[in-house]
This record gives sequence, C-alpha cells and structure tokens, in this order.
Amino acid sequence: MDINGGQALVKALECEGVEVVFGLPGGAILPVYDPIIESPIRHILVRHEQGAGHMAEGYAHATGRPGVMMITSGPGATNGVTPLCDAYMDSVPLVCITGQVPYPAIGTDAFQECDTTGITMSVTKHNFLVTEAQDIPRVIHEAFHIATTGRPGPVLVDVPKDIVDPNSPRSAMTWYEPSDDIMELPGYNPVTAGDPELVHAAARLICSAERPVIYVGGGILKARAAHELRALAELIDVPVVTTLMARGAFPDSHELCLGMPGMHGNYTAVTAMQHSDLLIALGARFDDRVTGRLDGFAPDAKVIHVDIDAAELGKVRRPDVAIRGDCRLVIAALSEALGDCGGRAAQADRRAWRSQISGWQERYPLVYEQSQPGERLKPQYVLEVLRDSTPDDTIVTSGVGQHQMWASQYWRFDHPYTWINSGGLGTMGFSVPAAIGAKVGMPDRTVWAVDGDGCFQMTAQELVTAATGRIPVKVALFNNAYLGMVRQWQEMFYDERYSEVYLSYEVPDYVKWAEAMGCAALRAEAPEEVAPAINEANEINDRPVVVEFRCERAENVYPMVPAGLSNSDILVDPSLR
Amino acid sequence: MTEPTNAEDAAESETAVSDATERTPDEAAAAAGEFVQFRTVVTTVENKPGVLARVAGLFSRRGFNIESLAVAPTADERFSRITFTVDVASAPLEQVVKQLDKLINVVEIRELSPVESVERELMLVTVKSAVSNDRRHELLDLIDDFRAYVLDQSQTRMLLSLSARPARLDEFEQRLRTFGIVELQRTGRVALPMLSQ
Ligand SMILES: Cc1ncc(C[n+]2csc(CCOP(=O)(O)OP(=O)(O)O)c2C)c(N)n1
Ligand SMILES: [Mg+2]
Repeated sequence: MDINGGQALVKALECEGVEVVFGLPGGAILPVYDPIIESPIRHILVRHEQGAGHMAEGYAHATGRPGVMMITSGPGATNGVTPLCDAYMDSVPLVCITGQVPYPAIGTDAFQECDTTGITMSVTKHNFLVTEAQDIPRVIHEAFHIATTGRPGPVLVDVPKDIVDPNSPRSAMTWYEPSDDIMELPGYNPVTAGDPELVHAAARLICSAERPVIYVGGGILKARAAHELRALAELIDVPVVTTLMARGAFPDSHELCLGMPGMHGNYTAVTAMQHSDLLIALGARFDDRVTGRLDGFAPDAKVIHVDIDAAELGKVRRPDVAIRGDCRLVIAALSEALGDCGGRAAQADRRAWRSQISGWQERYPLVYEQSQPGERLKPQYVLEVLRDSTPDDTIVTSGVGQHQMWASQYWRFDHPYTWINSGGLGTMGFSVPAAIGAKVGMPDRTVWAVDGDGCFQMTAQELVTAATGRIPVKVALFNNAYLGMVRQWQEMFYDERYSEVYLSYEVPDYVKWAEAMGCAALRAEAPEEVAPAINEANEINDRPVVVEFRCERAENVYPMVPAGLSNSDILVDPSLR
Repeated sequence: MTEPTNAEDAAESETAVSDATERTPDEAAAAAGEFVQFRTVVTTVENKPGVLARVAGLFSRRGFNIESLAVAPTADERFSRITFTVDVASAPLEQVVKQLDKLINVVEIRELSPVESVERELMLVTVKSAVSNDRRHELLDLIDDFRAYVLDQSQTRMLLSLSARPARLDEFEQRLRTFGIVELQRTGRVALPMLSQ
C-alpha cells in the first residue's frame, strides 16, 4: 500500500494501540495532523505544550500505558522539554512526536528550527531523527518498545516535514506492519529475570536480619508488582516504607506499612530505616531526599538492592546483594526462595524490632494544630476532609511544594496508581495537566488535583482544555498566598528573611479565573465550609471544578530533615518536641 | 627511513607482550607510566549520526572525566569503535560502564585492564633540526631508538611519526623538547585485549 509518511505515522500510532494523543499543531507537524481527522485516535488540544507532556505522564501513570504527545518544531519542542525531563526523572513511559523543518533545511537556522534531538538527548531515554519516510513505522515501533521496556522513560521522535508532507516526493512510502522482527536495536537488550543465586543470597540475608525494612520505590509500580510486594511483606512479616514515588504501592492501612520516608517522611519510617540492619530496596534509587546526608544514612544496614537498571545498583550506596531484574519477577522469585528456606518460621526473632517500631509510631504520630476560630484553614485538615469525602480509589495528582508533602502524608493510599506526582524533577505546574491525563485514561474514576497557588498559576490554562474537552477533573487549590515551601526554607534557614515568595490571597481571584476558564468554582475559608464545598464539587461531573481553600500562610511541613543533615537529625512537629 | 613495514610492527608488538608478561600487573602499569586512575574502555557503537554526541553528552552530564578519546570505523561498516581513557577518580569505572551501557546505540563495552591489553597511540610531531652536527646525530639516534619515522623534512625541520604505548610517546615528547617542538598532535590511545596464551 502506497501512502505518505504522515499517514504512516498516524497508522503506526494506531498499530501501537494508541487511543489518545495530547498535542498542539504548528507548521512543521501540520502534515501529521491532517490524517488525525480520519483516525480513531482521540486528540486532546492543549493550551501549552508543557501541558501535553504532563497530561501524557498522568495518563501513563494512571493506566500503565505509554502516554503520547505531539508538538511542532522549535518553540513547540522547547516547551516540551520540561515534561520530557520530568518523565525521564520519574521513569514514565512517554513517546513524544515533534515536527522538524524539512530535512534539507536542517542546520540552516530555518524558521522554527531547533536542534530538538540535541536539546533533548540528556532528558530522554532515547531519541530519533527520522530521515526517510520508509523508516517511520519501524522507528515508531522502536520508540514504543524502548519507552515501555526495561526501565521505562520518554522517547522522542523528531520528524522532518518533507518526509510526512504529501506535497513532497520524499514523503512517499510503502506501508508495512511494524513488529518486533523489524526493529534494529542491536544495543538494547533489557534484562528482566534476576540471577537465582543472588536471589538465594538475598533470601539468606533476610532470614537472619533482626531489624529489616522493605524500602519501596517507584520501580515497584513500573513493574506492576504491588501484589507480589504485599505477598512478600506478609510472608516475612517485615515493615514497608513507600517513597514519594511509591505511595499506594503498599496499602497505607496495612499494619506493616510505615508510610513515607525521607525529608518530609514520617518519624517512624525515617527512623526505622536509620536503625535497620537490613534494607530491602525494591525499585528505589537512594535519592538524596530519602537518604539525607549519605554518610549518616542507615549506618548499620546491609543492603539488598533490586532494580531493572544496573546503573542504579551501587550508584549511591554499595549493596551487599545487588540483583538486576524486573521487580515483579525478582520479588516472586525471592518469595519462593524464602518459602523454600522455611517461610515465616525461618525468620529471625523480631519481636523487639516490632515493639520498637510501634513505640515510635505512638510517640511520634503526624500531628497538626487545628485552626482557631477566625484563623485561616489548616491545609492538613482540608486534606483529611478531602480524603474522607472522596471514593477510596480516587486518583490524586499533586503539584510541588508544601501541599504535595501534606497530600502524601495525610492521604491514605490503599491502591496502586492512585498517587501521581512529580518526584524527581519536582515540577511546579504538574498537577492540573497530570490530572487531566489521568482522567482521560481513567474516565470512571474520580480525579482530584491537589495544587498550590504558585503551581496553579503555571499551568492553570489547561483547565480550558479540560472544560472544552469535557474532562471533569477536580482541583483542590491550597491558597496560602505564598510559594510556601520556599517560604518555609527562608523561615528556617535564612533567618526569616523572606525574599520573593509572597504571592497574594486576592490576586488573582481564583474563583473568577476558574469560571472564566469554563469551570465550576467554589471557595472555602472556614473549617465548616470545607466538607460542603468538597461534597458539592464531587457532585459536579459535567465540567471541571476548582475549589479554593484559603489556608494558613505560616504553616510548616513537619517532620523535616534539613537538607545536608543526617536522617537522625529529623525535626518533628514543635508540639512533640 | 620509510613507513613501517609489517615486520617492524610485529617486532613492536612482541616487545609489548614481553613487557607485560615479565612484570607483575602493578609493576607493568607503573612501568608504562600509567596512573591506576586511568582506565581504558573500548566501545562498539552503531555507526549513526549523533552517536559521539550521545557518548560525550553522557560523560559531561554525569561528570565523568575523559583523558583521551579515539573514534574510528570498524571492519563492519554498521559499527564504529570509540576508545577512551577515563579518570576513575572522577567516577567509578563501573558507573561509567553501566551508564554507557544504557545508551541505546552502544552495542558492546569492554573494559581493558592496562596489563592485559595492548595499547597504542600515534604521534605526529615537527621538530627543529637546524642544529649542530652533533645534535643532529643525537636527534637521529633518538629517532632510531624510539623507532620513529621521518615522514618529511625541510632545511630546518623534521616531521616525525611514532606509534607506541602512550607512556613511550610521553617519553619521546620529553626528549624532543630539547630540540624544540614546533607542532605536535597525538591521536589518543586505541587498545585491544592481548591474546590468551
Ligand atoms: C518550575 C519550578 N520552579 C520553581 C520551583 C521551586 N519551588 C519548589 S516548591 C515552590 C513553591 C510552590 O508554591 P505553591 O505552589 O504555592 O505551593 P506551596 O508550597 O505553597 O504549597 C517552589 C517555587 C519548582 N519546584 N519548580
Ligand atoms: Mg502556596
């Protein structure tokens, strides 16, 4: 079948099972947008290319399928760099199609030319510049293969206009079915199964450990291993900490769950790791936000480290047993090996460890002081009410800042893939577009974006996308009139010298703004207004809704491990000191 | 003197083999003037545009210090070979190799231990030769001793080439300085593993 490159590209996306593309057209990508009209693929027209990328990420997080964004050359491509980097840091499977100037014009500083593959080289798992129309189906297949296998990540395909434009002879090609057989990737062979000998060595370490902790990272979710993780934890009766990227991978309401470790983790999760004699790290990467000062991190712990990316093994902390492999397969093998060793009966006596942990839990719970009458809302209170007034499997996305930490702390994540946030890059503006992408992928689920006032102002225009596209996401806007997280650092580490962190409670008027964007809008200022506003928002399902919560500006996130200090120097809420 | 013959090449490599086998690994490395902190890695990469940029970009992004780098096609036109020496004080060799391995276009990576490999580097150098007769003899002896070649000469200058172990190039360079180096270029080392006996 003779078709042109543009048609081939859209057809190739269909062959990959793509049901939705987030994007915005422009000159160089025009020829690919033309066949979209006939395609069953749904296209969501964003208002800024950054939004397309975060939507694709939200979609991928929520569904487990790769997200797809399509943008034009030059400024379209540069606007897409932030979400590509975000997806790279958080290992999100993403395919980004960018238009490019015609191949002969590359290198001439043509209108809207930029070196897209050069710019994105260090923020993608891989990128391609396609030079022949005939290569399009193969390269698209390779892009999806690379994005979704091994350690997932973003892959960019840069497509010069002349190979997709029907007016150019270079766009002529003969269609062929893309398949694994035609891939040309001699240097790409992701490993999945773990080495059985190492698995047995890990099992032996686990049996004799007296103070073990399972340290779970986002890799568990990428490997879709929540079920295997739970079976393992229950088999050996070992407590689990879930990092910011792994919230929901193990149910918060499970008695073995200690919650989130790290800079704003809860006291017990942080301290249990510090006192541990064995960390069983599964799909985690010993990020500095988890370890605190490295030479003071879990000083007595041996480490079993399982990761699909060999480069993570030993990158930060030298493991005693390093297993390269897919977490789901390795955990299953580990459970089997532990079963062979005698299962729970063969485990060391850990009664003292358990009682030490429950002692910490009792002594250092998460606490905050409820606001006095006339004071503004406490964000923690709003989150508790929101949590208790929404369905158990609600998908929560978040921006970056104090509200993100409180959301992670105060929500009760009992299901995998219900928490979607920007962990590695910490991208303000993530939550609204990510929520839209999640809702597109999971239309039957309630999706709440937890957002800060600073973050909201970065990508709020995507609510226009949601309103016009009838994508009824809900936004809980925590208006504390500040770039709160930065304000907190200035209060604690810069002698309360507040430099450029004040926003404003009143400007913009978030209710008017939301209404102007086609959303329903509500505002809650007193504790008794919180639940009614949330209930009302939950009833609105024909358009997006924004609920502004006027929150206390001086509230700080605790616990906190100040940057550069050891996790043993954790600061708990002042009321517990 | 003319371009090297095969026989001369063979003689050079025999020296290298005996060099390495008669000494303990550490002695050999020390004798070859190698700091243990420099390790040689040979990668086979797909012969595609931009691959060198990916490798170089990885080095700079991850803070790996590269001492030398040589790129050339291989016998198979689909692949090229990038040979580089990395300063393992800047990053553990293991991390360098693992990160490189993640590049999709990198097909094969071999770490070469300095004692189990043959390393060569090529130097082209122009020296001043308008010197006294004695000094001129000294220069010709030096060229002979190092088995260097005179590729071109003028009234006042000689253009020499030498292919040898990098440490030997260092030594040659040092000795030539007394005559006055006009211009000098080195290729960066290439290496292959020694054949097992
Ligand atoms: C794009 C971007 N710019 C700057 C930062 C640095 N930063 C981290 S948190 C934060 C404040 C966020 O303010 P807001 O959205 O109001 O959240 P709050 O902390 O007040 O809850 C800033 C500026 C960032 N993470 N991302
Ligand atoms: Mg704020």
